[in-house]
Amino acid sequence: MTEIFQSEIIISEISNLLKDDKHVAIGAASPIPGSAALLAQEERKNTNLKLQVTILHSQKFNNFTDGSRELFDASAQGRIDTFFLGGVQIDGEANINLVGTGRYPKLDKRFSGSFGSALMYFVVPKIILFREEHTPRTLVKKVDFISAPGISPPNIYRPGGPKYLITNKALFSFNKKKKNFKIEKINPEFTLDEVIKSTGFEFKTNKNLKYFTMPSQKRIDILRNLIAPKVLNFYPQFAKKIWFN
Amino acid sequence: MVNFTQITVKDIAKEVKDNCLLGIPADYSGVPMSVTIEIIKNKTKGLRLYCLPLTTIQGDMLIGSGCVNEIETAAVTLGEYGQAPRFQDAIENSKINIKDSTCPALHAQLQATEKSVPFMPLRGILGSDLYKNRNDWSVIDNPMNNSNTNDEKIVILPAVQLDILIFHASKADINGNVQIGRRRELATLAHASKKVYVTVEEIVNEDFFDSELKAAATLPSLYIDGISLAKNGAWPCGLTDYYDIDTNEMSKYAKAAKYQETFDEYMKDFISQNNYSNI
Repeated sequence: MTEIFQSEIIISEISNLLKDDKHVAIGAASPIPGSAALLAQEERKNTNLKLQVTILHSQKFNNFTDGSRELFDASAQGRIDTFFLGGVQIDGEANINLVGTGRYPKLDKRFSGSFGSALMYFVVPKIILFREEHTPRTLVKKVDFISAPGISPPNIYRPGGPKYLITNKALFSFNKKKKNFKIEKINPEFTLDEVIKSTGFEFKTNKNLKYFTMPSQKRIDILRNLIAPKVLNFYPQFAKKIWFN
Repeated sequence: MVNFTQITVKDIAKEVKDNCLLGIPADYSGVPMSVTIEIIKNKTKGLRLYCLPLTTIQGDMLIGSGCVNEIETAAVTLGEYGQAPRFQDAIENSKINIKDSTCPALHAQLQATEKSVPFMPLRGILGSDLYKNRNDWSVIDNPMNNSNTNDEKIVILPAVQLDILIFHASKADINGNVQIGRRRELATLAHASKKVYVTVEEIVNEDFFDSELKAAATLPSLYIDGISLAKNGAWPCGLTDYYDIDTNEMSKYAKAAKYQETFDEYMKDFISQNNYSNI
């Protein structure tokens, strides 16, 4: 078996989470989710359950023609099944912070901004939180700034919200009622104790904890031969780093 | 021969007055870099940037050059080239005011102006610190009995009219209509702006309204106050169907912009190079 990169394992894990979706959209700066969605699409291309993938930063894989508001309008109507959000910080109640650390507005460290999260997090049924860095500085007890809240009271329209959180160390599911994360899978390179130590919030442990699944050789071949050249078109820096260096 | 008066990039930059509310297109919808450099050369001050819905090198350069007083945006980022360093510095040291927003809100505020209604409702947002820090936003009870959510609370956003919009596009026709393709957010911006100026790669000897297909991808001249030719006018950003983003230049900028001193040197070089023809 050829050497498999960490990023490829995460791409493969994310791809598994998309199995019942009809339409996945990929936002700004999301090469790993984008690769995962294209992989899922390719693997399902000869089945009855086709997957639509909309990659906003691509010309060919952006299915929208009505300008950049169409993503938000389509999402609000329930036309997108899965979307990915990240965060400078993510906390134990799934609040996400894309704005910065310190006291707002004069922050210690300013990051880019909230993008579309303050609507997307409410209306897309399956939000997958993705943050590669899994440390107490990214997964915190409480975020410094809420770009979008993890949960909402009943008088707020909210068909959507967080379902999963995936990092380079683990995969968690989110329980809306109990307002907490539960660990589902772990990267075999780390122990549960290491994951607990590198997580700033408490999460529910799992008697049936599984390891990240190694992608099959067939999947790796698809990823490298068919998906990588597509990714090179719209995330060139990422694709070059992983596949074309 | 064209049936409109062509102006220059310098003419357009002169229309950007101190303290005006300037519309900023996203990195994918035609960044008017040639005009941006002229605005910086003019030492324009107090600009208020309204990004639809984000900005990259354009906003970062204007901020680093001291032209900006306030920014309303969903993000400032250099994308694959990292964070926007001059923006970060300006926020961390309170040099500019920020109205942190979210993409659909930036669209909705302009859509209110398109329809000439005073506000637009938008779902989401509640429970965020964005809402807490925006005293121009408000919340109402849904006055219509048409929601499955009982006693639904919903955010309302004010209509925003821009003073001026500038963007770069591929082509203008002989009658001053501009091809925007499917970048319809440029139409939203234009409809909600008092003045609209466009730089283009080329002016073609046809009328886009002779073809239904081309007309559908056109911003009509009735919304446009002036057009200038500017070859490579979006560089180092990309322009769909014309050129890709210049990765070397973006990496160079991302590195130089880390510190004010190196940014200033970079800008001095950039300006002296005269990168754009037809100025």
